[in-house]
Amino acid sequence: MTDLQIKTDMSSTPTSAAHAREDKLIVRNLDFFYGESKALKNINLALATNTVTSFIGPSGCGKSTLLRILNRMYDLYPGQRAEGEVLLDGQNLLDPKLDLNLLRARVGMVFQKPTPFPMTIYENIAFGIKLYENLSKSELDGRVEHALRGAALWNEVKDKLNASGLSLSGGQQQRLCIARTVAIQPEVILFDEPCSALDPISTAKVEELIDELKEKYTIAIVTHNMQQAARVSEFTAFMYLGELVEFGPTTRLFTAPEKRQTQDYITGRFG
Amino acid sequence: MSVPATTDRTTPLDRARALAAFKLGDRTFYWLTRLSALIVLCLLGGIIISLIIGAWPAIKTFGLDFLVTRRWAPQLSPSPVLGALGPLYGTVVTSLIAMLIAVPVGIGIAIFLTEFCPPMLRRPVGVAIELLAGIPSIIYGMWGFFVLAPFMTEHFMPAVIATFAHVPVLNVIFAGPPSYLSLFNAALVLAIMILPFITAISRDVFQTVPPMLKESAYGLGCTTWEVVKNVVIPFTRAGVIGGIMLALGRALGETMAVTFIIGNSFQISGSIFSPGTTISAAIASEFAEASGVHMSALILLGLLLFVLTFFVLAAARLMLARLQRQQGK
Repeated sequence: MTDLQIKTDMSSTPTSAAHAREDKLIVRNLDFFYGESKALKNINLALATNTVTSFIGPSGCGKSTLLRILNRMYDLYPGQRAEGEVLLDGQNLLDPKLDLNLLRARVGMVFQKPTPFPMTIYENIAFGIKLYENLSKSELDGRVEHALRGAALWNEVKDKLNASGLSLSGGQQQRLCIARTVAIQPEVILFDEPCSALDPISTAKVEELIDELKEKYTIAIVTHNMQQAARVSEFTAFMYLGELVEFGPTTRLFTAPEKRQTQDYITGRFG
Repeated sequence: MSVPATTDRTTPLDRARALAAFKLGDRTFYWLTRLSALIVLCLLGGIIISLIIGAWPAIKTFGLDFLVTRRWAPQLSPSPVLGALGPLYGTVVTSLIAMLIAVPVGIGIAIFLTEFCPPMLRRPVGVAIELLAGIPSIIYGMWGFFVLAPFMTEHFMPAVIATFAHVPVLNVIFAGPPSYLSLFNAALVLAIMILPFITAISRDVFQTVPPMLKESAYGLGCTTWEVVKNVVIPFTRAGVIGGIMLALGRALGETMAVTFIIGNSFQISGSIFSPGTTISAAIASEFAEASGVHMSALILLGLLLFVLTFFVLAAARLMLARLQRQQGK
């Protein structure tokens, strides 16, 4: 392993004039603790609106932890706490008075493994919608169909909407979970290694979907697969041991990384 | 004979000899386990047969009337009149009330322990629940008689009786006078006794819900209640129902505590505050002095309890199978 002296260089963040896009989510001076141990150290970055940002790095580097801060999922577990600022459209997410249920409606999440709820395919989608809106049956039907079409699943399930969500294949289940997330019309979608349990064909479908989803949503994706990061994202963040080593446009980061560690990692010399 | 590549250091002959030696052990083990399984079946069959033989004189004497006769007069001459309706009624009513109390409370405790409880409290409360399950039933009976019953009789029952005095139907169910020995007190003790089963099993199955599944519900913006109602309970339905049925089995058959506090009266009264009896309480309190057709009638009561429990368990199985079909698993 090479030089571990890591310093986050702010100049590599794509917030400068070169990228005239607006930032949806801004992370400033973020530290995170599991009890006493510090898992994230002074993270600074921004997610640009309607782009895909991927987070890469070896296991345990804190990429999933960072993702779970963005919808305050860590709040479910006592002893975990975050310090710093995370601004969603200028509003600090770490504010303890923030309504978590409403936040999670704005920031949706898709997990490592498909997690369909123990109910029918239709109910899996309708469930989330019904939490926020009081719709008539026909409106709800329309929204469910729209969400399933949005997740490229409609044609496969339209004849068995009343079958259990668990009866679908792994790839279909994952797209069901994406449809469920999309159905409540969030602004940001977090993907936590969404393809790690899927076969290559299902993975390709999910990646295609992510590419379509960025038209409407701001997307963050954690992945162990560097090719995937290169394929789906405009920006890439490389994290190591709880620090953000390098953050920049994906093409630059993969072709001309500024940091030695980034280069070592993407060329497979460690990690 | 094919020899796995990993054993290439031993010659095939050694391996063959070793296999032959193991074969004998394997066969012995196979028969031992099979025998153990068969013994359970034999025991079950033996118990049913001996119950039927013991109950036969009563079956011959009373026939199906036994099920619908309210009178229990073993000393009546020339021939005793014995009917199971009183104990059957008491068994069903006490178990029903106990379940009505214990199921919501037990599941509520389990939800609290798995979803809300601060980690510091989780262990002490969990251990307390398990200890509750370990208390011998005679102690519940004594406590019910000397502590719970006086309190209920002096404070709770008069208030309820007064409240519902002018409400139709309810004024029959909650009719006076308050009594230490009553179906209600017995049901209350039963509820406390089966609470640990429901709580412990529900808690254990709630803990099997994958955290990621719960997180994805929270991730949609669900409140804890919505997560429990829509994800945790549907996901664990089979386990929870299993726990409830185990508790119901215990409630139906519980003897000592109930015998202490139910009053052992074969009368059927509409009021749950009046004394009654259950099948097991009737058997326990009369078996020592019974003889002849009276004894046989008590054994027949035992057989009825057996059948009742069997049907409860069978109904639970059917219900689970239906639920699983609905979920499309």
